Amino acid sequence: MSFLGWMAWTVPTAIFFAAIAVMLTGMTVWQLVSPSVERRGLLPMATTRGDRLFIGLLGSAFIHLGWMAATGLPLWWALAISIVFLVATMRWG
Amino acid sequence: MKTENNRAWFLVLPVFALVAFSAIVPLMTVVNYSVQDIFGPDDRVFVGAEWYREILQDDRLQQGLLRQFVFSFAILLIEIPLGIAVALAMPRRGRLASLTLVVLALPLLIPWNVVGTIWQIFGRADIGLGGVLVTALGVDYNYAANPFDAWATVLVMDVWHWTSLVALLCFSGLKAIPDAYYQAAKIDGASAWAVFRFVQLPKLKNVLLIAVLLRFMDSFMIYSEPFVLTGGGPGNSTTFLSQTLARLAVGQFDLGPAAAFSLIYFLIILLFCWLFYTTMMQLGRGSQQ
Repeated sequence: MSFLGWMAWTVPTAIFFAAIAVMLTGMTVWQLVSPSVERRGLLPMATTRGDRLFIGLLGSAFIHLGWMAATGLPLWWALAISIVFLVATMRWG
Repeated sequence: MKTENNRAWFLVLPVFALVAFSAIVPLMTVVNYSVQDIFGPDDRVFVGAEWYREILQDDRLQQGLLRQFVFSFAILLIEIPLGIAVALAMPRRGRLASLTLVVLALPLLIPWNVVGTIWQIFGRADIGLGGVLVTALGVDYNYAANPFDAWATVLVMDVWHWTSLVALLCFSGLKAIPDAYYQAAKIDGASAWAVFRFVQLPKLKNVLLIAVLLRFMDSFMIYSEPFVLTGGGPGNSTTFLSQTLARLAVGQFDLGPAAAFSLIYFLIILLFCWLFYTTMMQLGRGSQQ
């Protein structure tokens, strides 16, 4: 416990990082099974799958920050919007 | 599609392990801190997103952020064109070229807090060469009392300190252009501007990308020089983001809010670096097609 104790883990942050790790592993496996090809979608430049995941995650972070700056409503709404945004970016971005 | 041999990626593993320990693990710890109220190593309370809400509604962050953007864009607007101009004016070969390189590299070798001290003395109206000169020209100049003077001094100091970096990068970019390009331009009867616009500038794209990214990140994280020169004053007029953060984390020891502040700061830097990178790569592609 003392090995990880200094990192001050909490359950929510552990879930957060586990989700990121699962996404990265999943993307790696997906890339090995069928390599990504750069394509042009709704975004103004050609992107690979990894680029779109990065854009989706960075966008999600700012959706959460914007939500907190604008409203006092629970963050679950921001999470829901982020998931929709992430899926949409991956699919059509 | 041809499958490439990707085994070379294993060679990246040592670097990845190093970065994991020096950057990823500490960053994860900051994320953990940002959702807790930390009283001691074994005494902490989970508070959810409270610190983020508090920081986002904080005037200090908003004003510091605004000042930071004005500062970073101002120095990019000055240093990038000036650096290109200096690089174009530099002698390309011979002893004079070596001498110019050494002189240009000098400001880069000076520790940042020493740069602050140099300018603190240089700008003083009673004993500093710069301050005395400006005062002799009839300008009522005092960087310790007047916010405009403080800003001007911090900007000039940064330009003095870092334009060399842009110039040196551009110089190396210019040296890498083969003579054949210039000969072809001469045969076509190209003007000096046309040579710059269609030969030199496109070839400088990659070094300029590095210069813009380095200068943006460094200026966005600036701490020592204004801290020594003005201490963030007069008032809060030259208190940039990292100084606000240091006051919160080391001054008041509010680790939770400071961690939330750091992550917002980090996300902003990440967003802008990505935007600059993507835009400049797109510009390059456009000119190739």
